Amino acid sequence: MRVVLAEDLFLLRDGLVRLLEAYGFEIAAAVESGPELARALAECEPDVAVVDVRLPPTHTDEGLQCALRAREARPGLPVLVLSQHVEQLYARELLADGSGGVGYLLKDRVFDAEQFVDAVRRVAAGGTAMDPQVIQQLLARRNGQDRPLGRLTPRELEVLELMAQGRSNAAIAGQLVVTERAIAKHTSNIFAKLGLEVSDDDNRRVLAVLAYLDQDR
Amino acid sequence: METSSRVRGVALAAGRGLVVALVSLPGAVLGFTLALVSMSLIPIGIGAYTTPPVLRAVRAFADWRRVVAAEWCGVRIPPAYRPVPEGNAWTRTYALLRDPATWRDLRWLQVDMTAGFVTALLPAVLVFYPLEGLAVAGGLWRLLSEDGGYWYGFVHVTDQVSALGAGAPAAVLLVLAYRYAPSLLSAHFRLTKAVLGANQGELAERVRVLTETRRDAVDTSAAELRRIERDLHDGAQARLVAMGMDLGTVEMLMDKDPAKAKQLLAQARQSSVEALGELRELVRGIHPPVLAERGLGDAVRALALRLPVATEVTVELAGRADAPVESAAYFAVSEVLTNAVKHADARRIWIDLHHGEGRLRITVNDDGRGGAVVGAGSGLAGVERRLATFDGVLAVSSPEGGPTMVTMEIPCALS
Repeated sequence: MRVVLAEDLFLLRDGLVRLLEAYGFEIAAAVESGPELARALAECEPDVAVVDVRLPPTHTDEGLQCALRAREARPGLPVLVLSQHVEQLYARELLADGSGGVGYLLKDRVFDAEQFVDAVRRVAAGGTAMDPQVIQQLLARRNGQDRPLGRLTPRELEVLELMAQGRSNAAIAGQLVVTERAIAKHTSNIFAKLGLEVSDDDNRRVLAVLAYLDQDR
Repeated sequence: METSSRVRGVALAAGRGLVVALVSLPGAVLGFTLALVSMSLIPIGIGAYTTPPVLRAVRAFADWRRVVAAEWCGVRIPPAYRPVPEGNAWTRTYALLRDPATWRDLRWLQVDMTAGFVTALLPAVLVFYPLEGLAVAGGLWRLLSEDGGYWYGFVHVTDQVSALGAGAPAAVLLVLAYRYAPSLLSAHFRLTKAVLGANQGELAERVRVLTETRRDAVDTSAAELRRIERDLHDGAQARLVAMGMDLGTVEMLMDKDPAKAKQLLAQARQSSVEALGELRELVRGIHPPVLAERGLGDAVRALALRLPVATEVTVELAGRADAPVESAAYFAVSEVLTNAVKHADARRIWIDLHHGEGRLRITVNDDGRGGAVVGAGSGLAGVERRLATFDGVLAVSSPEGGPTMVTMEIPCALS
C-alpha cells in the first residue's frame, strides 16, 4: 500500500516513516511543506495520504487545505489528517463531501502503533477514523439537549461512540469483549431510537451517525 | 538696579518682537502659499512629491517659534506631530495630511501672518516710536519738518512748541512700553500656543487612559505568565519526571522481570499522553491553535462548536486583524460565552463578528436570565480591561430576566 506522508518536524516524519514501513506500507513520498505535498499528491497517486494540519510555509492549516483540494480533484482520495489539537470545525470540513475515506486524529494516537495502523488501513479502504476526542465533543454537545440520544442505554452510548470513531462491528465487539451478534443488536437498537435508516454498509453507517451527531439543532 | 534690569527687559522684548515680526510675516505667507499650492497639485501627482518637504519646512518654522517661545517667554508649546512613516511619497503625503497637527500648523500660519505679526510688532513699536517722538522734541524736528511740517501721530510738528507737544504723547507711550512691552511679547507667544498647541486637556486625559491601560496590560500578562509557569511546573514537567523515573526502572527490570517492565512502559506511555493533553490545554489558553491557523472568524466558530448550547455565528471579516487584537477579541468572546452558559443558563446564543469603518464589532446575544454586570472581580470587568489595552470598549445590556446583549468594539485594521 503506497503512502504519501507530510509532516514538517523531522523527528516525527522519520518516526512515522519507520513505523509505517515496519507494518508493510510503501512510502511513496515523505514531504515537509504544503507545495511539496500538493505535488506529491498529484504525481504519486497514493493509496492513502497521511497529512499534518500545520505545514510550512505559512504554518497555518496548509496541510488540511491541501488535502481538501486534492480530494476535490480526486474524489474519495483517502486522507488521514494528524494534528496537535482536534477541532470539530475541521472534522466537519473533512466529512463535508460525504464520500468517506477520511481520518482525523490527534498525533498522540501514533503512540498506539496497532490502533494507528488500523486507522490508516481503514481510511485507505474508504472507511472513517475520527479521533475519540472529536466524538466526545460531539456527544457532550448534544447531551441533555437531544432527547433521542437520552433514550440510549449506557452500553448503547458506548457502542455509538466507538461506531462514530469509525470502528467496525468486529472491532467494537473486540474492544467491549462481547460477541459481534450482540453489537449488531445494539446498533440496530441505536438506529431505531435515533430514527436513522439501517444500512449493511459499515462506512455509510458511520457517516450517517456522524451526520446525525453533527447536525444543527 | 531694579529699573536697569527692567529697561533691559523692555529693550529685549522690543528687539525680539521686531525679529519675530520680521521673520513671521514673510515666513508665514511663504509657507502658507507653498503649502496651499503644493496640496492643490496633489491630484495631478506633483503635489505628492512637493508636499512632504513643504510641510517639513512648515514644521521647522513652527518648531523655531516653539524654541523662542520657551527661551524668551517661558511659554512651552509641546509639538504633537505623528511620526512620518517610511515609504514612497504618496504614503508620506497621506500620513501628513491625516495628522491633525498639519492642519493646526496651516491654521496657525494664517493667524501668524495677521494677528501674530501685529502682536509681535507691538512691543517694538511701543518702544521705538516714543523714542522717535522724544528725538523729535529734542531737535530732530528741525530736520524732519523742513518741507512744511511733520506728523508725529496726531501732532503736526512745525516748531519747537509743537515738537514738545509730540514729546508728551511719546513720553506717555514710553511709560506704557516700560510697563507692558514684555507682557505684550508673551501675549504673542500665548496666542501662538493657543493656535499651535495641541489641546492639553485632551492630551492629559489620553495620557491618563494610556497609563492605566498599560499598567493593566502589564499586570494581566504578568499574572498570565505566573499561571503558565505554575501549570507547567505542576503538570507537564511533573509528568515528564515521573516518566523518566518509570523508564529508568524499566531499564533495570528489563531482564529480571519483563512482565513488570512492560507494565511500567505502559504507565510511562500513559504519562506522556496525559502530559500532552495538559500541554494542549495550556496552549489553548495561551493562543488557541485554531486562531493561529484560521483567524478570528473560524476560531469563534470552533469555540461555538464546543459549547453545549445551540449557537449561531455570523462572520463578516474581509481579512485578519493583528495577532494581539485577534487574541484579545477571542478571549473576550470566550469569557462572554462562558458567562452565558454558566451563569445566564442560556438556551440559544447568537454571535456576530463584523468589521467596518476601522472598527471590529462583536455582539454576543443570549436568551438567558440576564442580570450580568460589569462589576469589580467579574469576568466582564476583566474583558473590559483586556479590550481597553487596544482602546476597545465593552457595553453590556442585561436586564434581570434577560436577554443579555454584549457588544464589544475594537478599533483596528484588517489585512
